[in-house]
Amino acid sequence: MATIAARITMPETAKKGEIIEIRLLVRHPMERGIDAQGAVSVRRQILHTFRVRYAGEEVFHMDLSTGIAANPYIAFTTTAVETGEITFEWVEDGGAVYQRSAMLTVT
Amino acid sequence: MARTRGPSRRDLVGGASLGVALLATGVKTAHAQASSDESFEQAERAILSGRTPKAAGVEIVMPQLSENGNSVDITVTVASPMTAEDHVRRVHILAEKNPFPRVATFHLTPRAGRAEVSTRMRLATTQEIVVIAETSRGELLRAQREMIVILGACVDGG
Repeated sequence: MATIAARITMPETAKKGEIIEIRLLVRHPMERGIDAQGAVSVRRQILHTFRVRYAGEEVFHMDLSTGIAANPYIAFTTTAVETGEITFEWVEDGGAVYQRSAMLTVT
Repeated sequence: MARTRGPSRRDLVGGASLGVALLATGVKTAHAQASSDESFEQAERAILSGRTPKAAGVEIVMPQLSENGNSVDITVTVASPMTAEDHVRRVHILAEKNPFPRVATFHLTPRAGRAEVSTRMRLATTQEIVVIAETSRGELLRAQREMIVILGACVDGG
């Protein structure tokens, strides 16, 4: 699984039961595909799915479209349940999967 | 009379406007190919699937106006306890006049803690943004807001 340039903003530690906000900005052109007369045809290549796993469960996922800006920004919340890794996964047109993760320490 | 050869001025003007008309048709066809098979109304009907939404509980936070349609911030907050029995399952963002009206769908679980999501959209032009939230109890909540876009995201032929 490939890695991807991403800026992940979230707290490193949280109290059990606390709701934390996670913000992600990932570098990707979100090529919507050009099909206009006189233009060079370009294939659509976007990140169409984003998934988050935390403490052995999928806690959030999102369907993206060509209507999402380049370098997609996504922010959401999750409840701190246990110390562990939160994994973020983006699926691109063509099947490529990019993954990043972050550690959350729960006190 | 000097009109022995070549097209008259009137012919030229007529021909030119026909050319413009043809060009306009061509552009329209190309644009139709570069858009979704599903219209905004169809997308909204598919999400509602015969149910009637309540105009409550959903808050859309966006700027009043956007100079650049390539990146428009949106935050959606749904009033929900986010418990196992009563939580928001899905949040749909629809853009009425975008070539692809379904902008994004967020799938939430009780583990979210709060029903609050943000992203950045591409908007083709000034239009209504519609947000529909589906709860685990089968309830539908809807909100709508106009977004004024000065320069749309489609001017570069994309």
